[in-house]
Amino acid sequence: MKGMAEGKAWKFGDNVDTDQIIPAEYLVTPDMKELAKHAFEKARPEFARNVKPGDIIAAGSNFGSGSSREHAPRALIGAGITCVVAKSFARIFFRNSINIGLPLIETDLPVKEGDRIRVDFEKGTVTNLTTKKSARFPPYADFLKGLMDKGGLIPYAKMMIDEERRGKR
Amino acid sequence: MARTFAEKIFEIKSGGRVEPGQIVEANVDYVMANDVTAPPAFEAFEKLGAQPMREKIILIPDHYVPNKDVASAIQAKSMRDFAAKWKLPNYFEVGEGGVCHQMMMERGFVAPGRLIVGADSHTCTYGALGAFSTGIGSTEAATVFARGKLWFKVPRTDRFVFSGKVRKHVFGKDLILRIIGDIGVDGALYKSMEVAGPAIESLGVSDRMTIANMSIEAGAKNLYIAPDKKVDAYIAGRVKGKYKPVFPDEDAEYDSITEYDASEIPPLVAQPSLPSNVKPAAELNVKIDQAYLGSCTNGRIEDLRAAAKIIKGKKVAKGVRMIVVPASKEIFEQAIDEGLVTIFTKANAFVSGPTCGACLGGYMGVLAPGEVAVSSTNRNFVGRMGAKDSKVYLANPAVVAASAIAGRIVDPSEVV
Repeated sequence: MKGMAEGKAWKFGDNVDTDQIIPAEYLVTPDMKELAKHAFEKARPEFARNVKPGDIIAAGSNFGSGSSREHAPRALIGAGITCVVAKSFARIFFRNSINIGLPLIETDLPVKEGDRIRVDFEKGTVTNLTTKKSARFPPYADFLKGLMDKGGLIPYAKMMIDEERRGKR
Repeated sequence: MARTFAEKIFEIKSGGRVEPGQIVEANVDYVMANDVTAPPAFEAFEKLGAQPMREKIILIPDHYVPNKDVASAIQAKSMRDFAAKWKLPNYFEVGEGGVCHQMMMERGFVAPGRLIVGADSHTCTYGALGAFSTGIGSTEAATVFARGKLWFKVPRTDRFVFSGKVRKHVFGKDLILRIIGDIGVDGALYKSMEVAGPAIESLGVSDRMTIANMSIEAGAKNLYIAPDKKVDAYIAGRVKGKYKPVFPDEDAEYDSITEYDASEIPPLVAQPSLPSNVKPAAELNVKIDQAYLGSCTNGRIEDLRAAAKIIKGKKVAKGVRMIVVPASKEIFEQAIDEGLVTIFTKANAFVSGPTCGACLGGYMGVLAPGEVAVSSTNRNFVGRMGAKDSKVYLANPAVVAASAIAGRIVDPSEVV
């Protein structure tokens, strides 16, 4: 995987569920920008007002638990979040994020609210620029790396469909 | 080498040897989406420029139908339009349908040994009938529409074995709450769960569906219960096409095996705001504003019967609303035929047609700030059923009914 993400951290605890990320009453549109207006509305009402493009979310374990709503990573992308770093992720949220191009990093690196975080995807390092502490994160499996490099599941599936069509001819 | 259920399924569906942790592309038997998750899937599908695999796709509006507002009406309409455009044979309109997971099982899409994905986290319910089923997102559902296959990481497996006799007023709900209470909401993260034992065999398929349904509340990818004669009887006359049951090997390798004595488990309640925050109903004594009976977790005829038995001839406590939502048209009709609907309405409960309704705070019983509900549903997250400072206590149908009469959360034995 290529590139880097760097931004200010929004700090969250353990078990942040998708109802917190985007409450169910707003699941009436797939539009990322529209969803972003209501991100964390009940849990942290100031988030949608103050989030800046490039910001990063830093959380504890089981981030994104609960419902399968892809609206959750869509709302975060719409809000300009470029990466989520957490101790662990709920599996459907993990799949959804990777599939639509929101990178997630599993790390124990301590982060406080407002710390500046840099993620180097190529080197596999996450750095807290405020505390000057750094950690390595395990690389994605080759398949997922390929998926991310292609820009997500849709470009990947398109390529597979084209290959399968050519194979049939 | 001996294999778990999950390992066997992915060997069959990917056509080669697999190991836990490996990523495989596997053939999917069916893919389901609802009115919340289908619209983003349609958007993604259009980008693929492909034909849909019509027989594999099932579209079931259930979250916000009958339409709660204009925005949800537009979403529901997009399903109708997509189904018409591609001439999909399996679209279930309001009136003939119900809660998507109940419909998937009732209409015979689910059978032992099948691999089924659904754009809804509670797709894991179908493991009660011996299928491998798991929740996915909208974009990946779109790619399954087009390709009929998807990437999966082969999971490791934890096994849970229940011996002993299940107590009176104890349901599948209490057994799965016991597990979640013990292992936590991420206790089975990324993993497959197998649940077995004499106590599970003694349960009907409805209770097993509740157990499988809530495996996602422990973070699991799926939950499997070995199919038996009760499953055969349930799917007889429903199941579409052929199927072949899959069973784990007796000496399969598990990450852990946990044993429970079912006779030691009383009616349990998950307190706010995590399904793992479990306590015996008898110890709670919490005053309630609403009692909700319904959902893919506990909205089946067996659940309605159990609640009706407790509530018959009594009244819902003053100051409490009781809302009853059968999970499908079939269940609704059964409840009418068996006189259950009359029992509920005579007790001053509100009965509606099938919908996800207030389970996820959609409509049909949303909570005001500070209000407290006891609910037969699956999640009690912050603000799940309404205002952010409203509270949800999860319980089995008998506890919900008994609490509706008492006006506070009680063990059913207190009012029967």
